[in-house]
Amino acid sequence: MIVGIPTEVSPTELRVAATPKTVKRLIKQGFHVCIQQNAGAKANFTDKEFEEAGAQIVQTATEIYGQSDIVLKVKEPSVDEVDMMWGGLVLLSYLWPAQHPELLKKLALKKVNAVAMDAIPRISRAQKMDVLSSMANIAGYRAVIEGSYHFGRFLNGQITAAGKVEPAKVLVIGAGVAGLAAIGAANSLGAIVRAFDTRKEVAEQIESMGASFLTVNINEDGATASGYSKEMSKEFIDAEMQLFLEQAKDADIIITTAQIPGKEAPKLILDYHVAAMKPGSVIVDLAASTGGNCVLTKPGEVYTTTNGVTILGKLNQLPNQASQLYGNNLCHLLDDMGKAEHFKIDMEDAVVSRAMVTYNGSINWPPQPLPVSPAKPKTESAAEKAEEKKVNEQQLAKKQATSMFIRLTVIGLFLLLIGQFAPAEFMQHFTVFVLAVFVGWQVIWNVSHSLHTPLMAVTNAISGIIIVGGLLQTTNDLSSPLTILAFVAILVASINIVGGFLVTHRMLKMFKK
Amino acid sequence: MMIAKEIQTAAYLFTSILFILSLGGLSSQESAKRGVLYGIIGMAIAILATVLGQGVEGHTYIIAAIAIASVIGVFLAAKVEMTSMPQLVAILHSFVGLAAVLVGFGSYMDPASHTLPPTEHIIHLVEVFVGIFIGAITFTGSIVAWGKLEGKIRSKPLLYTGRHAVNIVLLLICVVLGVLFVKAEGTDGMMYLYIMTAISAFIGVMLVMAIGGADMPVVVSMLNSYSGWAASAAGFMLGNDLLIVTGALVGSSGAILSIIMCEAMNRSFLSVIFGGFGEVAATGSAQAMEGEVTAMTHEEVANLLREAKSVVIVPGYGMAVAKAQYPIHDLVERLRKSGKKVRFAIHPVAGRLPGHMNVLLAEANVPYDIVLEMDEINEDLPDTDLVMVIGANDVVNPGAQDDPASPIYGMPVIEAWKADEVIVMKRSMSVGYAGVENPLFYKSNTDMLYGDATESMEKILASLKD
Repeated sequence: MIVGIPTEVSPTELRVAATPKTVKRLIKQGFHVCIQQNAGAKANFTDKEFEEAGAQIVQTATEIYGQSDIVLKVKEPSVDEVDMMWGGLVLLSYLWPAQHPELLKKLALKKVNAVAMDAIPRISRAQKMDVLSSMANIAGYRAVIEGSYHFGRFLNGQITAAGKVEPAKVLVIGAGVAGLAAIGAANSLGAIVRAFDTRKEVAEQIESMGASFLTVNINEDGATASGYSKEMSKEFIDAEMQLFLEQAKDADIIITTAQIPGKEAPKLILDYHVAAMKPGSVIVDLAASTGGNCVLTKPGEVYTTTNGVTILGKLNQLPNQASQLYGNNLCHLLDDMGKAEHFKIDMEDAVVSRAMVTYNGSINWPPQPLPVSPAKPKTESAAEKAEEKKVNEQQLAKKQATSMFIRLTVIGLFLLLIGQFAPAEFMQHFTVFVLAVFVGWQVIWNVSHSLHTPLMAVTNAISGIIIVGGLLQTTNDLSSPLTILAFVAILVASINIVGGFLVTHRMLKMFKK
Repeated sequence: MMIAKEIQTAAYLFTSILFILSLGGLSSQESAKRGVLYGIIGMAIAILATVLGQGVEGHTYIIAAIAIASVIGVFLAAKVEMTSMPQLVAILHSFVGLAAVLVGFGSYMDPASHTLPPTEHIIHLVEVFVGIFIGAITFTGSIVAWGKLEGKIRSKPLLYTGRHAVNIVLLLICVVLGVLFVKAEGTDGMMYLYIMTAISAFIGVMLVMAIGGADMPVVVSMLNSYSGWAASAAGFMLGNDLLIVTGALVGSSGAILSIIMCEAMNRSFLSVIFGGFGEVAATGSAQAMEGEVTAMTHEEVANLLREAKSVVIVPGYGMAVAKAQYPIHDLVERLRKSGKKVRFAIHPVAGRLPGHMNVLLAEANVPYDIVLEMDEINEDLPDTDLVMVIGANDVVNPGAQDDPASPIYGMPVIEAWKADEVIVMKRSMSVGYAGVENPLFYKSNTDMLYGDATESMEKILASLKD
């Protein structure tokens, strides 16, 4: 089987769908690899490297599309490119099927079996082929690097002979892969990082990357079964806007990463937010390609507003690194589809069936939603469950109250019985005894776990108080058995007292910070 | 000099307060030393107030007894090794039990007690009887516990069929003896008292004999509790509130410790007291062991330590036996100096005494803020590079979580297997006290390092220095 890699035609697309390393992997998988001349030039891969890796260099795109069984691409194909394809060709590429219905029709008409790499379901098994994650990782990292390039100060706080430098404050909006990568990069450069996300479940991930989680005080969770966030209620958005306004006044760099699949990116940073920012601060809009999270973003441009805020609407794609990761994602998918020998389009497979947007001339989009979430599955009947739980709790409380009542009654009757027969003096001692048990019970629960051995030693020592019994029984007559008994009692009790206290002291002396 | 009864009562009250503060002080390491001081002052006041009180005779003998005992006590406390703390604690419990028995007999023989009005007299006799009963059980039970801990008595539980029935019959006989005893005139009941003492002593022996080594922390805490109740009973028979209060404090302290230990092993208190682990363990784990046990050399372990960024050490009774806490401390210091995060994970029932491991590590100068409890560290283990299990077995057994057939199923354990790499230092492949196979050893990320813990530690240290 022949795998072909054409040169990307779009001038803004710097990546390539294979690198010398991934070519080697493809060959190992049993494919014959053809690559168009200069395909890797923009990503700093030379034809010579590809040749050394085992690829065959082909002059024109027509040859690639005509001869290959499988074509690997980065950017969705242009009309001209689709024209060059033959029926039955397997195409792996970014397609953005929701935004390009026309393209899908054309591909279906041509009977091209097209896999949209951006439509790979985001389940655990498919993570190794998840191009959105691998590319978002680069974007998040790059957002911090380029943001700090345009920001005129250090990111970390320093105290130097020339004076003190405050650390920069970075706000990351949206804690998907890109957001988390940005948090990690900003944190490692020493900035103070805060992050916001509508999904409560990511708070832990945010904190684990070293940022503090910002939230609004409205109990609404943006998490959906697909792992993306949903659009939120107006009330929530108002509170969110208020939070962003406060943060905009304080933050030095804002990185926005909020995207909703198939839709225009939500507008989160409005003109008054930008106006509130300090001159010299920076906004990096990673959603620029889908319209931008900031209303003032100009996709593909970097410019400075009148109040001195630099807004980045494009980032260097790091084509070399990105091609490597993208190429690996493709290799993993081909690996999953059976390599060269057993290559098969399995429409039963959860991953392939969802990403294969055109198959045998028909359009397979949008696919069935696949519930996948990083967190525990949520049942729709949460309210019902809560209700049920409440009822259960009430029943339990009732039960406990009943059993408590019964117990107290029994204890009360028992005490009454004792009071009936026992003399006053006994009752008095009994009162002391019961109260002392309660005091002991309360005091001991506070004892630290690590001090349990000293606790035993010290209780050992103080239970030597039984010496009092011996002291009271001693008489002046050593020959009386009573005195002998008392003498021995005093002896052993004293060993307890002295030994117990000393050994406790010895142990405690050892505990130190 | 004599002091009035009222002054004496005031002194006793003050002592009670000091004792409560003393126990309360143990809530943290910082206040614990002050707590001991309160206890000592309280004890001194109590003894002085008693001796100076009315009707106390034989001061010479008293001073002689205390002097002899002090020498013995100082000697014991100074000599004892921290690894044999459990034995010391057990033997001290037996002393309290013995004293309670002696005081009980003394109280019965004391002619003054026979001039009481009839109801008071009956109550007094019951108190004497119960006091001696508890005292005798504590006495013999503690001695057996000491023997087991010291290794003089086999730690395997001694179980025979129908032992519950035998215990119940013995208990009933005691009740009958009690009734006869109360009815007897003067000191005629002495015979019943002797027989009952012998029976309760026997019950004490059998009770502890039936308990396996792994349950020792529970037994020791339970005997701690009994010694308190014995003191309390003595307080009732002498009409002394100080004894009652102190006994109740100690009694509830021991009871709480027993509960904590039982919870840590996921077993009910009754099942620990009335049955040994061995009984269940005989059937063994139903789950067949999968995988292979792989061993490592000291050099390989040293290399792992060099590469690891975060290390968690799980010590167990094996560390106490090998006295490995000192080389472990050296290793930890070395690792910490090279910037690694080193912490200890302590299971509540590790060792033979509640808090045993903490004391041993403290002895070796390990700072207590890196010594964490099981619950504190379990969630960090998946992010840990290396876990070193030193002489622990059952407390890191994954079977407790995933093998319902395992006798220790449901017991909370330290989830060592979640770390990237686990090294188990052990003398051999033998099973732990619970007698259960440990699937941890068969996991692919687990390697064994056989040998004496101290020697192994020293060899690792030497390799690290190279």
